[in-house]
Amino acid sequence: MSLLRYRPDFFDHLKEVSLPFGPGVAEGLRAGDLVSLSGTIYTGRDQTHRRLDALLDQGKELPVDLSGQLLYYVGPSPAQPGQVIGAAGPTTSYRMDQYTPRLLELGLKATMGKGARSQTVRDAMEKHQAIYLAAFGGAGALLSQCITAVDLIAFADAGPEAMFRFQLKGFPAVVINDCQGADFYEQTRSQR
Amino acid sequence: MRTISSDEIIATVRDLVKAAGTDLEPDILDALVQARDEEVSPLARHVLELFIANADIASREKIPTCQDTGVAVLFVEIGQEVYVEGSLEDAIQEGVKQGYQDGFLRMSVCDPITRINTGTNTPAVIHYEMAAGDKIRVFMLPKGCGSENMSGLTMLPPSAGIGGMVDFVVQTVVDAGPNPCPPLLVGVGMGGSFEKAALLAKKSLQRPLGQAHGRQDIAQLEEEIKAKVNEQGMGVQGLGGNHTALAVHIESFPSHIASLPVAVNIQCHAHRYKTITI
Repeated sequence: MSLLRYRPDFFDHLKEVSLPFGPGVAEGLRAGDLVSLSGTIYTGRDQTHRRLDALLDQGKELPVDLSGQLLYYVGPSPAQPGQVIGAAGPTTSYRMDQYTPRLLELGLKATMGKGARSQTVRDAMEKHQAIYLAAFGGAGALLSQCITAVDLIAFADAGPEAMFRFQLKGFPAVVINDCQGADFYEQTRSQR
Repeated sequence: MRTISSDEIIATVRDLVKAAGTDLEPDILDALVQARDEEVSPLARHVLELFIANADIASREKIPTCQDTGVAVLFVEIGQEVYVEGSLEDAIQEGVKQGYQDGFLRMSVCDPITRINTGTNTPAVIHYEMAAGDKIRVFMLPKGCGSENMSGLTMLPPSAGIGGMVDFVVQTVVDAGPNPCPPLLVGVGMGGSFEKAALLAKKSLQRPLGQAHGRQDIAQLEEEIKAKVNEQGMGVQGLGGNHTALAVHIESFPSHIASLPVAVNIQCHAHRYKTITI
């Protein structure tokens, strides 16, 4: 399913995934799988991560229970009147690396952004059976059409860096790191 | 002397900023279409198709091409025979602010220490140059920082030669991996001084995409580096294929006898820019 008026053939190649993940769903995905995501996810980028980390330092509860959830690294552009959201493509993931293992320990099941993760994050993903996906960087207008609802969750003063809840419908992505420790970027490089 | 009012500058910059946020220039679209047609990896071809669809949606629905609508970088060429009523700097900054607000573009500028967002996407980074004539030319580049963060600069010894320069550029692109959203426009500045090389690398992004440098030896270097980068196999978004770079642009300037500065300014495939002459 896609909300796009113009729907590239690409969407015919995707594996449907409902979110949050049902039992065994994330574990069943493999590096290189092309997926179409539908359902509920949470978002956060630099400032949200910094603040989540600070809350954990202070022994406080996080604004949402991230257990079993997908966290998408995005700072959307503002919605115009009549729109759900502005452009909403991924931001580069390595900036979140230092905060990620702690969130995976809390049960976060998947992260999504663009670009490779550190070895520490990869090890933590394998340990906690979590996955990492890449969304398509620089396709923010197209991806905005795959987001059907947006709710502000926390850190409103951080503007585009606030934490949101998105409802997705047919949002395309690629599995980069699977639960078995495979990395699709590495596989791609070794094939040349 | 020709007089230009600050109001005209504010309105012109505002419209330029809004247009740059949502409408790719034809040279970028052509390059994406050509890359799709020549792409060897089926997955990369599909992703290039998504980018072409993205540009179409952005332009029709006036949604930003990419949510990172950048730090506003402007090159302003001021004719010597122009008199600006009021402050040119204030007028440009006001135009940038209005353009980001009216265009529903993302405010991405913050204090480097407190990380508190300025809320207006100003201050813009403005480079002024003097020129002959009675016009003002404005080049507006909303520079996303996924790609900007992957840029680099080195001060090579002359003994490193052109080979050393080529190696540095290729290595910078390889180290960037999928982070800067390939396929890329790789801007290179060589020669001059520390800051001149960086500025030349940024300026090279002004050239219509893929237009070769006027000097034949530099044009050959551009092709050589592009071929080397594309041999690495990272490809579109790091997902493989033969299009890590759409083009390499080099700008050169004479350097000190002791020095060979080389700067690489990386630009993503959502290479947005607009130019206007007032």
